[in-house]
Amino acid sequence: MLMYRFLLALTLMLFLPLSARAESLVADLSEHMVAITTGFTGTELLLFGAVDGDGDIVVVTHGPTEEVVVRKKDRVAGIWMNTQAVTFEHVPSFYQIAETEGAVNAMALSMKRRHKVGVRHLRMDYQETPLEDYQIRPFREALIRNKQRMELYSEEPGLIERRGKNLFRTEVFFPTNIPTGTYIIETLLVKDGEVVSAQTTPLFINKLGLGARIFRFANVYPASYGIAAILIAVLAGLFANWIFRKLS
Amino acid sequence: MSIYLPIAEISVNIFVILGLGVGVGMLSGIFGVGGGFLMTPLLFFLGIPAPVAVGTEANQIVASSVSGVLAHWRRGNVDVKMGIFLLIGGLIGSTAGVYLFAWLRTLGQIDLVIKLSYVVFLGIIGTLMMIESIKAMFQSRSGAVLTASKRNQHNWLHGLPFKVRFRRSKLYISALLPIGVGIVVGVLSAIMGVGGGFVMVPAMIYLLGMPTSVVVGTSLFQIIFVTANATFFQAYLNQTVDIALAILLLVGGVVGAQIGTRMGSKLRGEQLRGLLAAMVLLVCGKLLFDLLIEPEDIYSIGLIGGH
Repeated sequence: MLMYRFLLALTLMLFLPLSARAESLVADLSEHMVAITTGFTGTELLLFGAVDGDGDIVVVTHGPTEEVVVRKKDRVAGIWMNTQAVTFEHVPSFYQIAETEGAVNAMALSMKRRHKVGVRHLRMDYQETPLEDYQIRPFREALIRNKQRMELYSEEPGLIERRGKNLFRTEVFFPTNIPTGTYIIETLLVKDGEVVSAQTTPLFINKLGLGARIFRFANVYPASYGIAAILIAVLAGLFANWIFRKLS
Repeated sequence: MSIYLPIAEISVNIFVILGLGVGVGMLSGIFGVGGGFLMTPLLFFLGIPAPVAVGTEANQIVASSVSGVLAHWRRGNVDVKMGIFLLIGGLIGSTAGVYLFAWLRTLGQIDLVIKLSYVVFLGIIGTLMMIESIKAMFQSRSGAVLTASKRNQHNWLHGLPFKVRFRRSKLYISALLPIGVGIVVGVLSAIMGVGGGFVMVPAMIYLLGMPTSVVVGTSLFQIIFVTANATFFQAYLNQTVDIALAILLLVGGVVGAQIGTRMGSKLRGEQLRGLLAAMVLLVCGKLLFDLLIEPEDIYSIGLIGGH
């Protein structure tokens, strides 16, 4: 707990100078830490803030990056089997985007690229492969499509509501299968297609409670965990049998 | 009501998992199969990562087999001596199978090998059992005495050395036979993530010639140790055993197994075999169908390093 607070403070310090420069935009999250406990069924966080004057707002949420292998199946002797594979690096495990109506379309292409607005502008490097560049494209698209099916990438930008002249709010949904780690939520203020101000808010997603303890035990003492699992199973079997004999 | 599984890292409905456990546990009790060959694919459908499903299922089968074997034990339907010879083979086979699994995984073809093994083994066994039980049903209906079985037939298998007497099974056969069966089933159980009862039971009946009455109990007895071995290695090497999921499955599973054992003793042998054969063929057909039709998305993604 203390460790997380410390990390939080550190990250905030790192990002504060950036937001201090951008005085016309202030944004914050309803929570900076999401605990995945045994009862976790996904969560919705509220991102809210205020802008000075007009302009469009875009909110981009990036999860921790991961390495993903995309496999393609072909028909071989009547059976569908994996034939080609491309491994992508630095792929965000989670990516959601929200906008005030029409904000993304109004952005200049260079701005979209720099701030990774839209799945097409995500940076995904691929490891060496015998495939040509143009052959990689369907693999990249497949990665995005699969992530969208898992609800980890947004298909359509969510809507940011404006309240009055200055306030805005939006909800970011995190489904049950989200990876743990540090998330970065970037709030952009867009005027005439250019990003005039940006603020970055970190979010920590961690496992807590009994589930987290089981997870750590399994990873730190795998042999004891294995033996414990077997013992539990044997006892459960004996116990069930005993109960049924008493009942009948 | 939902619960977040700590190792599988997803949230599932408790009652769905409990229901699955009861259903598959009943089959386990009736047929003496661990039920893994049904449960493992069902867990995939729920979105549980495949390695976690395989590892956790092994753990769950330990419990349902312990619970199931006791009922057979009291009826004297466990041939411990035969079980130990099968087990020697089973431990050798499952350890070798773990290494084979790891090697196939590096080739990126483990999914296909798993499914093809299912199709081939379920297909052969299901067909054989179906033919046998239909024959038996016709014979018993026409009043003919079932002269059966290959029990008293002699072939080259009976010429093998190291003969051992198995009193319970009323057999005098080479020790190499049960050990060999154990090895094959052990390899399969490591690759396919099952207890291996659905291969073991027919092999005991048709290959070893054991009486049907002791087959189920002895198979369960053997499965306990082979799946315990698998659970340990999955937890130790891959950290893919989800205790929370296993407990939910086994609560349902042990209840189901008790009901199943009771039902099993009321059903007749050939009906039992016919029923199991139908189920085996059904799963086989579904798996084959999935391999032959074009998948919804010919691209799939997987994590490197993670599950």
